[in-house]
Amino acid sequence: MRGSCHPNNPRDRTVCMTNCPTLIVTVGLPARGKTYISKKLTRYLNWIGVPTKEFNVGDYRRECLKIYKSFEFFRPDNEEGVKIRRQCAMSALNDVRQYLSVEGGQVAVFDATNTTRDRRGTIMKFAEQNGFKVFFVESVCEDPEVIAQNIVQVKLGNPDYMNCSSEEAIEDFMERVKCYETSYQPLDEDLDSDMSYIKIMDVGRRYLVNRVVDHIQSRIVYYLMNIHITPRSIYLCRHGESDLNIKGRIGGDSGLSSRGKEFAKHLRSYLEEQKIKDLKIWTSQMKRTIQTAECLGIPYEQWKSLNEIDAGVCEEMMYEEIQQHFPLEFALRDQDKYRYRYPKGESYEDLVQRLEPVIMELERQENVLVICHQAVMRCLLAYFLDKTSHELPYLKCPLHTVLKLTPVAYGCKVESVYLGVESVNTHRDRPENVNVQRSTEDALQTVPAHL
Amino acid sequence: MSTEHKNLTQTRLLKIRVPWMGYNLNHRRGSSVPQFCNSPTVIVMVGLPARGKTYISKKLTRYLNWIGVPTKVFNVGQYRREAVKTYKNFEFFKPDNEEAMRIRKACASAALKDVAAYFTKEHGHVAVFDATNTTRERRAVINSFAKEKGYKVFFVESICDDPDIITENIKQVKFGSPDYIDRDIEEAMTDFIQRIECYKASYTSIDDERDRKLSYIKIFDVGSRFLVNRVQDHIQSRIVYYLMNIHVTPRTIYLSRHGESELNLLGRIGGDSGLSPRGLKFADALAKFIRGQNIKDLKVWTSHMKRTIQTAEALGVQYEQWKALNEIDAGVCEELTYEEIQENFPDEFAMRDQEKYRYRYPKGESYEDLVHRLEPVIMELERQENVLVICHQAIMRCLLSYFLDKPADELPYVRCPLHTVLKLTPVAYGCKVESFFLNIEAVNTHRERPGNVSISRKTEEALLTVPDHN
Repeated sequence: MRGSCHPNNPRDRTVCMTNCPTLIVTVGLPARGKTYISKKLTRYLNWIGVPTKEFNVGDYRRECLKIYKSFEFFRPDNEEGVKIRRQCAMSALNDVRQYLSVEGGQVAVFDATNTTRDRRGTIMKFAEQNGFKVFFVESVCEDPEVIAQNIVQVKLGNPDYMNCSSEEAIEDFMERVKCYETSYQPLDEDLDSDMSYIKIMDVGRRYLVNRVVDHIQSRIVYYLMNIHITPRSIYLCRHGESDLNIKGRIGGDSGLSSRGKEFAKHLRSYLEEQKIKDLKIWTSQMKRTIQTAECLGIPYEQWKSLNEIDAGVCEEMMYEEIQQHFPLEFALRDQDKYRYRYPKGESYEDLVQRLEPVIMELERQENVLVICHQAVMRCLLAYFLDKTSHELPYLKCPLHTVLKLTPVAYGCKVESVYLGVESVNTHRDRPENVNVQRSTEDALQTVPAHL
Repeated sequence: MSTEHKNLTQTRLLKIRVPWMGYNLNHRRGSSVPQFCNSPTVIVMVGLPARGKTYISKKLTRYLNWIGVPTKVFNVGQYRREAVKTYKNFEFFKPDNEEAMRIRKACASAALKDVAAYFTKEHGHVAVFDATNTTRERRAVINSFAKEKGYKVFFVESICDDPDIITENIKQVKFGSPDYIDRDIEEAMTDFIQRIECYKASYTSIDDERDRKLSYIKIFDVGSRFLVNRVQDHIQSRIVYYLMNIHVTPRTIYLSRHGESELNLLGRIGGDSGLSPRGLKFADALAKFIRGQNIKDLKVWTSHMKRTIQTAEALGVQYEQWKALNEIDAGVCEELTYEEIQENFPDEFAMRDQEKYRYRYPKGESYEDLVHRLEPVIMELERQENVLVICHQAIMRCLLSYFLDKPADELPYVRCPLHTVLKLTPVAYGCKVESFFLNIEAVNTHRERPGNVSISRKTEEALLTVPDHN
């Protein structure tokens, strides 16, 4: 979104990331992580507010073909196959055009092998005709273990191989890869020196970056250079129940209630059971998260960026008081909770922006426990679970519950662990009536119970 | 492990919570972000002369220091100038000049020794070893040195064969070098080119095969292409990101505050007031000034606060709003006069004077916090070309300190008066600054550090340096 040029829209915040839409084009043999990268990159870009969509040509082929028989389909001399595959690519590009030129998308990720110069030439022509910038992301990997691991993780569960045994699937898939190998023309430093691209080698050990032309490409490169695939787990939880929580008051900087302290002890036991290697612990700079971390007996680091959303003039108020003093604000918040900014405070959208360095560092790290706050945890969770900005402010993040996130295949496995210590509920659902003229009862309908 | 919950105290200056016994908290510098440097890092520059190594070294050092990572450059050429006193000509650099070779090797060793001292005695985190380091042998020496001491090594190689760029480099920085002070330009140019030739024969670039275990970035043709190998940690990742965003295209950055505001007139800090009549006049004067500068493709950035937006509106051009450019949050002191702060929070007021950079207002921010939130602004400024940033006093101090390499203790006292535009033009290894007062009177909002910063000081002493207001 172009940043606001007129004071009528004081809430538009972002710097214009790009002037014209960008087409990211993956390049690489099968099982090189293209779809993994496409999905992850798409998730990240959407989270930071850049409307992005991926277009997986394999999906189009499955639509078209319905049933996958064998690798023979991919043989370069299979004319019928070649025709169908080209049509699928064109169909996908058409949808890309629709998304970028008509639907207001800013980035499209064209996920296919794109292994020939010829195919890439076609795409570039298409982009030029439509006024899109092109950025290639090539993944090159020859490590047989990594490739085997890839195949096991994502190919075996693929619709193509639903009715095969694992061995059959692997065998067929390896033949499929061979079909591409002979005609594979990697991006070339000299022949392709005018193109913008990043070549990722050996799962991120080495990168070649050529002609980054704008902000969004620079951010994409930075992101791709920080992600890794080493197995690890991210634990997210809130501080223990606080004194203000019990009173139904938002924000503030109070200490833990006795139940909150109990939770901290249970958290410690839980972590000991989990036997996590080299666990890093991060907290905010607010008393309640620090008090929680103090019980764990492990060194922790404080991030100001993990502080709870600043509720401005509503700090330390109960919802009833907000309704009483600022009924208009209260209604506006319910209308668009993601963008709504408290007077002299922040919005969820602001939170995402200040959490971006946290996410970037989480990507670099391995095992981490983040002890934070409700709104902050919603933002982080939305990143990992690819939740939209509509869903984000209503994600359930109850107190005294640890979420264990483990990357698997193309996404994240979530295990929710309630540590058995009672607490208040702080989750307020969106009420039905969000009209500024609503009655007090309508406004307070979904406020959770408190003292 | 004690089951008693230790009480947390909040440090008075940084407002950081630490347990009474304070041992679980990782010691770190900087209150907003965790510390990411575990072992010290040596950045080793590699490349023929006039490839921008010193430019990169100085710029990178400036950036790292600004974000709070203590960094220092060790330029071996300087050690050589110390040792040899008078530079005669390029013959010194001939590979068969044994005497010179000995001296040059000794200089490199001396510099490495100082690197070690910087890490151990001065608590430095990053040292930039700025020399050609063009042979595998020399690089191996540095690698062993670092390994022995437990330092990480990250190589930055600059490769460029474009004769235009090289000539421009030589003009910009070599002619002013102490080596060529008494020469005329042609002489200097000829000699320097010979000097480069001396290195060329023995130059071995970092080898992508043989050196694949090293951590490095190769910069080709001033940033048109990069090869990045084995980034080990956060700081190396940040360095790579930074190096990939800077450029050498000539451009100008204009920094200015909003026009005088209503709260400025009343001597009140913070808040979100509109422009005073003189402030509005300044906005018009700024528009005129900018038009007069005839800037190509000027981008204009403001904060989200009324006073910067009102100022930008007068320019009649598109502008972008950054929340990150909002003025420092003075927390409980928002919209107070200094007199009121002294009356209501005399201890806070004194602590702020004691250490203005790190001091965080209760429920507010510190300059240190500001630097953290301005980092993406700086990164984007590096990417951009001509930009006008309309911001606020504390913000402008932070940005200016980045460009002019001001240390943390000077930053909060940098003068940024109202109605004055600063024009920054990168030149050689630094920045040229031109100051334009647009001739519209305004209140002074600059408060100097008073003589007495003790908590027990009297009110008059505390308020000694408060500027006049209504």
